[in-house]
Amino acid sequence: MGMILPEWINTLIRLVIPIGIILALAPVGMMYLTWLERKVIARIQDRVGPNRVGLYGLLQPIADGIKMLTKEDVVPAGADPICHFLAPVIIVVPALFLFTVLPFGPRLVAASLTTGLLFFVAIGSLGTLAIFMAGWGSRNKFSLLGAARTAAQLIAYEVPLVLSLVVVPMIAGSLNLVEIVRAQQGRWFILTPWGFTGFFLLLTAGLAEVNRTPFDLPEAESEIVAGFHTEYSGMKFALFYMAEFLSTLAMSGLISVLFLGGWMGPLLPDWLWMSLKTFLLIFVMIWIRGTFPRFRIDQLMGFAWKVLLPVSLANILGAASCVLIAGFWGNLLAALLVFGTFLVTTQLWLQPKPQLTTRWVQVGSS
Amino acid sequence: MSDRVIYLFLGLFGLAALVVPLLPVVLARFVAPKRPGQEKLKPYECGMEVEGDAWVQFRMQYYLFAILFVVFDVEALFLFPWAVIFRAAGIPGLIAIGAFVGILALGLIYAWQEGALEWE
Repeated sequence: MGMILPEWINTLIRLVIPIGIILALAPVGMMYLTWLERKVIARIQDRVGPNRVGLYGLLQPIADGIKMLTKEDVVPAGADPICHFLAPVIIVVPALFLFTVLPFGPRLVAASLTTGLLFFVAIGSLGTLAIFMAGWGSRNKFSLLGAARTAAQLIAYEVPLVLSLVVVPMIAGSLNLVEIVRAQQGRWFILTPWGFTGFFLLLTAGLAEVNRTPFDLPEAESEIVAGFHTEYSGMKFALFYMAEFLSTLAMSGLISVLFLGGWMGPLLPDWLWMSLKTFLLIFVMIWIRGTFPRFRIDQLMGFAWKVLLPVSLANILGAASCVLIAGFWGNLLAALLVFGTFLVTTQLWLQPKPQLTTRWVQVGSS
Repeated sequence: MSDRVIYLFLGLFGLAALVVPLLPVVLARFVAPKRPGQEKLKPYECGMEVEGDAWVQFRMQYYLFAILFVVFDVEALFLFPWAVIFRAAGIPGLIAIGAFVGILALGLIYAWQEGALEWE
C-alpha cells in the first residue's frame, strides 16, 4: 500500500496541475482580450480607448470585473428561474473545455485525445443550447427572437465549419491535434491550395460561430436590443461575454493549430509561437470588426448555405485531387475546383430573387 | 497518458470548470444590491407597456433549417472516419464517399430550387 499511495497522488497531481493552469490562465487571457479589443477598436476609430485605470488602462478589465460584481442581478418576474440561472453557467463551461485539447507545444497539451478535433467541434457547439436556454428562460420577446436567430445562425455555420475541417485529417491522417501539428513539419497547411481555402473557410465560419462582426446579428442592438441576453445584468451578463471571448480565443488557437503550424517556428519557444499566432488571428478578427458592417439576416443565412457549404464540399474534392493526382496538375485542379465553385455559387447567391410561389413560402409565412 | 486517464482528467476538469462561472455569480449574490420592483421585474420592451406573452409558437422556417442542419452535420460526422483513412482507402474510397456526398448535394440543390434556403 505504501507503494501505491504515492503513485496515486502522483497521477492526481499530474491531473490537477493542468486544470489549475487552464482555469487560471483562460479567464485572465479573456480579461486582457477585452482590453486589447477596446484598445484596437479605439485606434481604428481614431480614439484613445481605456487609459485611466492603471498604465495604458491595463487595470481596466479588473475595474470592469468589480463593477459587474456589484451590479444588481435582475431576474424578470415571469422568467423560468432555473433556465435563466443555468444558461450563463452552462455557456462558460464548454468554452473552457476547448482549451484542454489545444496543444501549446509537443508535450504542452492537457488532453492529447486521439479524437481531439472532433471533441473540439462537439464541445464547441454546446453553446447553442445555453443560448437558447437564455432566450427561452428570459420570457422576453427580444430574447426569444435573438435566441432563435442565434440558433439558426450557429447551426447554419456549423456545417461549413465542420466540413472545412475534414481536409485536415485527410492529409494529416489523424484527428489528434498534436499529430496534426507534427504533420505540418516543413510545410504549414495554409501553404497548400486546399489549406489556403480551408483557412479562409474556417476563419469565416469561425467568426460566425463565435458571433463576431460581421456575423454579430445575435447582438444587433438596432434590431433586437441585446438579443438573447437582453434580460441579463451584472455577473450573469459578464459570463456571456466571458464565454464569447473564450470561444474567440479557442477558435483562433484551433485555426493556428490546423493551418498555421501550431507551435512550430524558429528561435522562440513553442508556447510563445502558438500564442503569437493565436493573437495575430485575434488581431485580424478585431480588425475585421472595426472595418466591416453587419450582414443582413437573409444574406447571412444565404451565404452559409449557398456559398460556404458548396465551396467547403469542393475543397474536400480539391484536397483529394492534391493527394491522388499530386504535383502541379493536382494542385491546379484543386484550385480550379474551389475557385470555380466559389464563382458559380456567389453568382447564384447574389442573383436577384425570383418571385417565390412554392408551398414553402405559404407555410413559412403563415 | 492513456485515453482512460485523459477521460478521467476531462471529467475532473468539467467539475472544476463549474467553479469559474459559479463563483462570481454566488459572490455577486452577497455583494450586489437587491432592490426588486414591480416595474423593474417586467420584461424589457424599450419602456413600452408589455404586450402579450413571449412564449409563443414561432416560424416554421427555423425548423426547415434545423432539418437541413441535421442532414449535413451527420454527413460531416461520417466524413471524419473516412478522412483519417483517406490515403489507405484510395480511389474506391473516394468514389464511395463521393456518391454519398453527391446524393446529399443533390438534396441541397433541390432544397435551393424549392426556395427552402430563402430567408423571408
